[in-house]
Amino acid sequence: MNASKMISKDDKRLIMLDAFIRKQQFKKDALIEILHTAQDLFGYLDKDIMLYISKILNLPASHVYGVATFYNFFKLRKSGTHVITVCLGTACYVKGAEEILSVIEREFNIKRGETDTNNRLSLFVTRCIGSCAMAPNVIIDEEVIGRASKEDVLSKIKSVVGVSLIEAG
Amino acid sequence: MSQKTVRLVIDGKEVHAAEDETILKVALENEIDIPTMCYLEGLSGLGGCRLCLVEAKGMSKLFPACTTPVSNGMEITTNSERLLKHRKKVIELLLSERTHICSVCVANGSCELQEMATRFGVDHVPVVRRWTGFELDMSHERFVIDRNRCILCTRCIRVCDEIEGVHTLDLKMRGKDAQVIMDLDEPWASSYSCTSCSKCSAVCPVGAIYIKGKSLAETKNRALPEFVFERRKR
Amino acid sequence: MKPDELSVIAERESELRKSFTNRINICCSSGCANLGALKVLKAFEDAVKDLGFEKKCKVARTGCLGTCYVGPAVLIEPGDYIYMGVTPEAARQIVNEHIVNGRPVKNFLYASEEYFHKQNRLVMKKAGNIDPLRIEDYIAFGGYSALLKVLTSMTPTEVIANVATSGLRGRGGAGFPTGLKWSLVANAIGTPKYVVANLDEGDPGVFANRTLAEADPNTIIEGITIGAYAVGAELGYIYIRGEYPLGVQTLRKTLDNARSMGFLGKNIFGTPFNFDLELRLGAGAFVAGEETAILASIEGHRATPHPRPPYPANAGLWGKPTLINNVETFGNIPMIILNGGSWFSKIGKEGCTGTKCFSLTGKVKNPGLIEVPMGITLREVVFNIGNGMLEDGKFKAVLAGGPSGGCLPESLLDLSVDYDSLTKAGAIMGSGGIVVIDDKSCMVDTAKFFITFCMEESCGKCTPCRIGLVKVHGILEKITRGEGTLEDLVLLEDMSNFIREGSLCGLGQTAPNPVLTTLRYFRDEYISHIVSKKCPAEKCFREQEKEATET
Repeated sequence: MNASKMISKDDKRLIMLDAFIRKQQFKKDALIEILHTAQDLFGYLDKDIMLYISKILNLPASHVYGVATFYNFFKLRKSGTHVITVCLGTACYVKGAEEILSVIEREFNIKRGETDTNNRLSLFVTRCIGSCAMAPNVIIDEEVIGRASKEDVLSKIKSVVGVSLIEAG
Repeated sequence: MSQKTVRLVIDGKEVHAAEDETILKVALENEIDIPTMCYLEGLSGLGGCRLCLVEAKGMSKLFPACTTPVSNGMEITTNSERLLKHRKKVIELLLSERTHICSVCVANGSCELQEMATRFGVDHVPVVRRWTGFELDMSHERFVIDRNRCILCTRCIRVCDEIEGVHTLDLKMRGKDAQVIMDLDEPWASSYSCTSCSKCSAVCPVGAIYIKGKSLAETKNRALPEFVFERRKR
Repeated sequence: MKPDELSVIAERESELRKSFTNRINICCSSGCANLGALKVLKAFEDAVKDLGFEKKCKVARTGCLGTCYVGPAVLIEPGDYIYMGVTPEAARQIVNEHIVNGRPVKNFLYASEEYFHKQNRLVMKKAGNIDPLRIEDYIAFGGYSALLKVLTSMTPTEVIANVATSGLRGRGGAGFPTGLKWSLVANAIGTPKYVVANLDEGDPGVFANRTLAEADPNTIIEGITIGAYAVGAELGYIYIRGEYPLGVQTLRKTLDNARSMGFLGKNIFGTPFNFDLELRLGAGAFVAGEETAILASIEGHRATPHPRPPYPANAGLWGKPTLINNVETFGNIPMIILNGGSWFSKIGKEGCTGTKCFSLTGKVKNPGLIEVPMGITLREVVFNIGNGMLEDGKFKAVLAGGPSGGCLPESLLDLSVDYDSLTKAGAIMGSGGIVVIDDKSCMVDTAKFFITFCMEESCGKCTPCRIGLVKVHGILEKITRGEGTLEDLVLLEDMSNFIREGSLCGLGQTAPNPVLTTLRYFRDEYISHIVSKKCPAEKCFREQEKEATET
């Protein structure tokens, strides 16, 4: 089967995806699991990948797209090199996560849910990572910062991303 | 398994029905009119628009007539004060959700939403209206989809899947952002699976999907649901 | 696995446990792990190894102790000494002082007695004492003996009768009697039957189910298997939030272990009973926790709910009879079987038996995971267990039941925590979130926060929830901008009631609760926003003021 323009047939990731789909016995109800795996492998869900999955599972393409866009967890665009996720769960909100979020937005000139133009930084919002006792929580490149303060988060982001971004932005 | 017959009361009238029939079907058979919007005979029930909500005696919850099966001893009310108020609100909300301007709509005069608005005496929309500016998809040689007029009843999606059997249409996103899409959210002309059967345009209750250059009064095939139903039975 | 093998393992394991003079349990659940618990674990291991104490002192990776706010938390047996905020350096000091010299290190020792005093940890009993990944640890505490008892000496009807006697009600929020639900599924016509365990804890601010899964996954699996035997199912699913990587990992490994030890699979304990469990991952949709939406999601569809009836008990997964319970409900089952339904019915409150796990968060001194008997008062939760307000703030409200729960004021602090009292007050039990709010929070803003959440999580299937919530949000936005009118309050109440009555599923039916309860208990704050354009908590209007001073 011809997968896509961007991924070649012997792309390792595609082979791994195939293996996973086989393990799920091509079951249609495993679609969400398969999308999870595809996103793990490719970082996001490209239209070509979704088409590929729809063909291999014999599902309508619109169904796959509908499912992928229904759930928050699936990303249809590539995220930036660095990803910042601010938890906006109730506990974090009560403890001032919204303020941290708007400070990041202002400082780095980026809006929630977006990736900046030079693809260096993405800012996402999540609804509860379940570390509510540590609220507010901010995740910077998979590192969870609990009891976060505006100052800590800003300096941490700056040290991770580097100063060049701020100058460019 | 033999079919059990149940006895129930709808609006004070005692009726008999088979056990797995819906309240709506039994009401229609007995000439009791319950307004519907997302329901279409021959398609699976959705229970989404909430226009056909009815009261059942002894229950505080309201039930959609189009999906709720009848049961023995039920006492149904289909047109109480409370229900009429609810139905009016449903229509008001649907009118406020996207850009509905009857005078420039192909469905003007044959629109089910318009009909319901008249029926329930909606003379103004008391909530803030949202003016959407979604781009029209006119790429297809015969059909147009104007998502500004869509009420998300998903009749088109169900007819495409259940009757035509291709499932070109589906919904993307969710809640307030939901939209009807073709394949992977492509322009209609580039849809690889669409068979141009026109069923979606025939079942659209409003003017969201229509055939180019024709008014809906002309093209709307009111007999189609029957056709669909007949075909189902075969 | 043969019936007598279980007791052999249990004996061997408890002997092994007794052979250590000390046991150091390090909580490695998500909360503590985020604070560096894994490094602390390594430090303890190294320190014990350096002293050559491996035979005398066991270092174990365990689940949540409940004291999440002082993580990483460490429990040392015997004596149940709890250390808080342990760093790798402190680990070495604790080993040197406590383990070697038998002198607890005072400055890391956890002091708040009250935190545990009012609690009653039953479901979470083993959490914190066992290694979640070692099934043998679980067996040492009597694990899987309830399953053995059920399979070898009880009929499905007896199991259901036992659960019914216990008075257990669904822990997912609605509080439907569990015994009744089980008998409905058991009596439903159609095969195969399925069991679904709901671990889609989408409520922001709630982490009780996740903690249970991370700390004691075997309890859940044993409970589900007993449920499957009672209703006659051979396949089950655990639906877990995709955002819980540690929970997913733990459950995956535990399922594999349980399978290889013969607690799942064909002919369990040599009986004709077969049962297997699969894990299904959610992908970030609050509505997927609704019992019909979860079915759609397991089948690989968009998680949109279906109108009920037909109920899942008759037509669930693939149209077949399906038992759906929250994992905490299943977590209660093994002890009910072992101790009997009438034992359980004496815990908690009449009509609402047992305990409930809550995540206590917000502006209290001791946030964390608590398990309390039903019928405890909110005051005890906030001021005894929670140890009062943080930074000496003034108590304003308790949000009970997650984003579609209610905001309860100080006057209701003596309300008993059970399904019926909470519902009567306009809140819900929900999946067990208690968020405490002080006077720095504005109630209109808080209501707006929850409505925003529900609006974004609405699946869009039914009109009232999809469009109505947008309208409610719009009105709240208007009020917090200082442009609201008193008529808006009427409209707000009207629309909220319409959404509650007209929506298809539980999400829509409960979404207006925060608005309705704040209107009921904090109406003066709305009036203040509208009439005197003042936010009592000085939270709203700030943006405009800033703009005004800039221009």
